Parts: sequence; structure tokens; C-alpha cells
Amino acid sequence: MISLRNVHKSYGHVQVLNGCSAEIRKGEVIVVCGPSGSGKSTLIKCINGLEPIDRGEIVVEGVSVGARGTDLPKLRARVGMVFQHFELFPHMTVMDNLTLAQVKVLGRGADQARQKAGALLDRVGLREHAAKHPGQLSGGQQQRVAIARALALDPVCMLFDEPTSALDPEMINEVLDVMTALARDGMTMVVVTHEMGFARKVANRVVFMDQGCIVEQAPSAEFFAAPKSERAQQFLSKVLEH
Amino acid sequence: MYEFDWSSIPGSLPFLWQGMMISLGITIVAVAAGIAWGTVLAVMRLSPSRPISLFATLYVSLFRSVPLVMVLLWFFLIVPSLLRDVLRLSHATDLRLASAMVGFSLFEAAYYSEIMRAGIQSVSKGQSSAALALGMTPLQAMWHVVLPQAFRNMVPLLLTQAIILFQDTSLVYVSALADFFGAAYKVGDRDGRLVEMLLFAGAVYFVLCSAASWGVRVLRRRVLA
Amino acid sequence: MDFGIFFSPVPTGETTYLGWLLQGLRTTIALSLASWVLALALGTLLGILRTVPNPGLRAFAGSYVELFRNVPLLVQLFVWYFVVPELAPGGHRFKQIDPFTQQFLASAACLGLFTAARVCEQVRAGIESLPRGQKNAGLALGLTLPQTYRYVLLPMAARLIVPPLTSETLNVFKNSAVCSTIGLLELTAQGRQLVDYTAHAYESFLAVTALYLLVNATIQLLMRAVESRARVPGYLGSRK
Repeated sequence: MISLRNVHKSYGHVQVLNGCSAEIRKGEVIVVCGPSGSGKSTLIKCINGLEPIDRGEIVVEGVSVGARGTDLPKLRARVGMVFQHFELFPHMTVMDNLTLAQVKVLGRGADQARQKAGALLDRVGLREHAAKHPGQLSGGQQQRVAIARALALDPVCMLFDEPTSALDPEMINEVLDVMTALARDGMTMVVVTHEMGFARKVANRVVFMDQGCIVEQAPSAEFFAAPKSERAQQFLSKVLEH
Repeated sequence: MYEFDWSSIPGSLPFLWQGMMISLGITIVAVAAGIAWGTVLAVMRLSPSRPISLFATLYVSLFRSVPLVMVLLWFFLIVPSLLRDVLRLSHATDLRLASAMVGFSLFEAAYYSEIMRAGIQSVSKGQSSAALALGMTPLQAMWHVVLPQAFRNMVPLLLTQAIILFQDTSLVYVSALADFFGAAYKVGDRDGRLVEMLLFAGAVYFVLCSAASWGVRVLRRRVLA
Repeated sequence: MDFGIFFSPVPTGETTYLGWLLQGLRTTIALSLASWVLALALGTLLGILRTVPNPGLRAFAGSYVELFRNVPLLVQLFVWYFVVPELAPGGHRFKQIDPFTQQFLASAACLGLFTAARVCEQVRAGIESLPRGQKNAGLALGLTLPQTYRYVLLPMAARLIVPPLTSETLNVFKNSAVCSTIGLLELTAQGRQLVDYTAHAYESFLAVTALYLLVNATIQLLMRAVESRARVPGYLGSRK
């Protein structure tokens, strides 16, 4: 479903992505991990075209992301994204956050959009907060709303950019539970995260990045049992010490 | 010792009130049009298209580099005859108020555009990323997500600029249009009581603008803190 | 459009129309400089007063700012030109000086005191933006409060407020145009004269606009030079 072929990207003199290639099949859950500065957030932002690439190709469901004629808004409506800092729209209620894109991007009727939003809020357990503003919700609640907002457009896959990194520890699990349920329902997911427990239990594959390169890719059980590269071994030993 | 004689004031109140209506009218129109056009200019300045952002930058720089009096004179002396030729109106039509409103709006838009540009840049980049990620076009993201927040952040500055605009309406004096100040001057000149009328006008402006500034301060603390 | 009009002699013959414009420019520059000097001196003093411990002094400076900011500049100008000579002692002598000097003095006083209120706020903001510890460090060393202001606070504040003072300088030049309303023959007034005498409105206004833009550009260049000299190494905003 998603193909990355030899992706290069630099910011000025800094080479952020150095020839990354990967194939992601429908229904797979991929965890991207690595030390900070490894380019994992940038990589995920390139998949839906929020960041342009310099060289290489990214193809999502047959559509080339970097090609000149590509309708990016249309593509992005099919690829859901969840941000580290939630990025709910503070001047709108939760319900409006969920219906805005449905109406303006997909052209759905207001009633249909509200019904869908309500169903999704049920799914993430937050129906009673529909009339509130994001500022009135906790971090964990906001992130769950953000996931619902992305799901409202019926995406074919979901991208998560460090979804729990900005949360207090006691709220991390409520978000991971939603993500786990999503995976169980067969959603294709690419997740940048430090939550190794989630990776071990839910991910099909782990992609390890360091300094802009994909150093190692392996099914998650294999990766955690016996990482092949030295850098991956170092990283795991530091991260799993807790 | 100068002998004050305030008797001119009571009789001329209706005339002064008419003048005040003109002052307020120009202010309201220019604030509304100025914010609208200024927001468009601010968005144009941030546009990736070179010609568009260049035009907006030049417009803003030009109107911020010249005196308002000069712009008003330009609109008073040149534009009416231009409009009359183009629209074939009779020479009797009084275009002074219209040309004052247009001149003020175009001028103030440059100042409002700088305020809105700061406002747009004060909204975190993550917000527009989130909007784009949902499949909105950049224009949709700007209209639904960024501008509402930018506007809210800038309300105190927008109001303060409106108070300044209100004070600046006194400059329509150069076109002999009778706003509040022009009316006060006319009465003072006619009755030979210029001193009293000027002091009266000053006092009225002082009371109105102080009250308005105090209102903005209260708003800032209560609603936006 | 006929730009040759600028080189035709004026009806009274002593100069060309371009010469009139340049005379106006000279008056604008002289007025702006005079007002700016007054505004800087008075404004700095008031700005300091707004930050001293004495509440009476603070209130006085605060009231000054409120008064001069809430009355339109045009009204203030007319008060200086028409009201003050009537009410102030020696006013009748003022009315006997030649018109140009009367207009210039009233304009300079008005513009100077008006701008002083704005300079006061910039100076106050500059002083208040300094870390509290600076004043305490000065006092702890045994300096008196006036000495602390002179050697510690003001030198830093002065450097910090160069950028906002740049826009105030530009404002003084732009506001000088308001003084054309009492008959002072500065640049805008000369522009209007040109329109009246030559009936070539477009050319006249283009020339006046060009001259204001020229003044603007010059000031910005000068102030940028001042700014780079005034930068404090390592402090926020400096590039060294």
C-alpha cells in the first residue's frame, strides 16, 4: 500500500533522510523507532507530503506523492495523521473539530458528518465531551479526539508521529489502547514511537532508523529478541533498561 | 486675562453631533474595510507566489512611508474628478465623504496588514500542518483554522489601531469635510470663539479615546488573560 | 504627463516649481529634527519618571502620556497655534512675530511634545524589559538610584529601544505633514501649492510621494547603521 523507494531529503546542508526504502502492506502495523535526530518524524511527514522530498519516490495506493500533478489534499484525505501535540483546533468544539474536514474536504452533509463523528467519539469513549472545547480536555482525551478526527475521513492508513510523547505517564495507556484496538480492526498503521511495549505487542514489523538511514527492518519478535545491527542493539539496551 | 465665553457650544450641538456621526462613520467603515483588505494583504505577503507577495509588500511599504494627510489630499484632489470622468457623474455629486472613506480604508489596510501578519505568524505551525493533513487546501486551512485564531490573538491591537483611526479622522479637515473637529472649528471661526471650541473639541476627544483605551485594557485582562 | 513642469519658473520668478518642493522638503527636515530633539530629551526624562519608585512622579508622567495620546495631533496643533498665544503670558508678543516663525514654533512645540509621549513609552518599555536584578546589582554595589539609572539601566535600555525608535523617527517625518494645515509651507503644503498653480495634479503628487519615500529610505539606512553599532554582543537580538 505504501512504497518508499530511495528517499532523500536535506534541510540546507543537513542530510535528514539518506536513501530510505520500505514497503508497507495493507493491514500491517509498522513501528518506526530510533534515537532523536534519526529522521523518523521527517520520514512520516514525507508520506503525506507535508514535507517535500529531494530524491526518490513515495507511492501511496498507486499515487506518487512527489509527482507534479498529484492532488495532495485529495491524497491527504485518505491518509490520516495524528500529531505529537494533538493539534486540535482550539477555537472549535470537539464535534466541530470532527466534522469540519468531513464537510469541507469530503463534501458530506452536516447531519451525516455529525452522525459519523458521534459514532467515532463512542469508539474512543468520549461521546459526552462533544460540546466541549479542546482546552477543557486532558492531554490523553485530546489525543483520542485527534485520532477520531483523523478516522472521520475513512482513511486507508494512519500515520502517528510520536502520539504519546507529549502525554503525562498516566494517560499514555488510554491512547495506546485506542491504537491497539485500531490495529486489531485491521488498519494499516505507521507509528513513530518510543513505546517499546506497544511495538512488541502490536507491531508486525519494526523499522529502526539512525542518522537518516533505515538501519534495520525486521518482524517485531525477531527485532526485540535478536537485533542484527550494533546500533540497534545499543539503542534497545538503553531504551529497555526501564 | 482671556475671557472665556462658552455660549457657542449649546446652540451648535446638533451641528457638532452631525460632525461626530461623520467621524464615527468614517471610522467604522475604514476599520471594517481596513481589516478585511489588510487580512488579504497579510495572506498575500505569506504567499509562495513571488508576484503576489511582492505586490503586497510594496503596497504595505508605500502606504506606511507616506503621511496620511498626503494620501487624503490625493484622494480629495485627484480621485473625485477621476471617478466623475469614469462614472460620468454630475459635478454636483459630493464625493468627499466617499473619497475620504476609500482613502482611509486603503491607508489603514497597510497598518492592519502588519498586525494580521504578526497574528498569523503567532499561530503555531502545527495547526496548519494538522489542517493540511486532513486534506484541506492551504486556503481552506488559512480560512477555517489559522485566521480565526490569528484574529482572536490580535484583538487588542486591532482595537487600539481603531482608536488611532478615530483620532485620524480629524484630518478630513483638509478636504473641508465637516467631521466633528471640522464642525467645531467652523463654529469657533464663525462665532469668533475659536479658543473655547478647540478646547471643547480636545476635551471631547480626550474623554472618548481615554474611555475606549481603558475599555481595551479591561478586555485584555478579563477576556484574554 | 508633463514632468517638465518642475523646471518652469514660479509666477513670482525667484525659483522653479522644483525649487518650491525642495524648500518644502527643507522645512520638513528642519521641523522634524527640531521636534525629534525635543521629543527625545523630554521623552527620555518622562520614561525614566514612569519607572521610579515615587508614585507621584509616576502618576505625573502617566497623565502626560494619557493626555497627549488621547487627543488627535491635528487638534493639539490647532491648540498650540490658536489657543496658547491667547492664554499664555507673552502670547501677544508671539502673535507679532512673522507668520512662518509662528507656524514653525507652534508646529515644533506640538510635534515635540506629542512625540515625547510615544518616546516615553518606548523608554519605559526598554527599562522594564531589563532583568530586575540589574537595578538591584547596581544598588547593592552602593550606587545611588540616579547613578544606577545613569551607569547601568539607561545604557542598556538605550540600545534595546533603537528599533522602535527607528519607527518613531519615521513617524515624526510623516506627522510633520499635519502642520501644513496651519499654513506651514512644508513638503505636503508645497505639493498642494503646486497643484493649485500648475493644475498638474498627478505629477505634483508623484514628486511629493517620491520625496517622502526618499526621506524614508534614508532614515531606515541611517538607523540600521545606528542599530548595528548599538548591538550588545551576546544579548538577545544581537547577531555577534
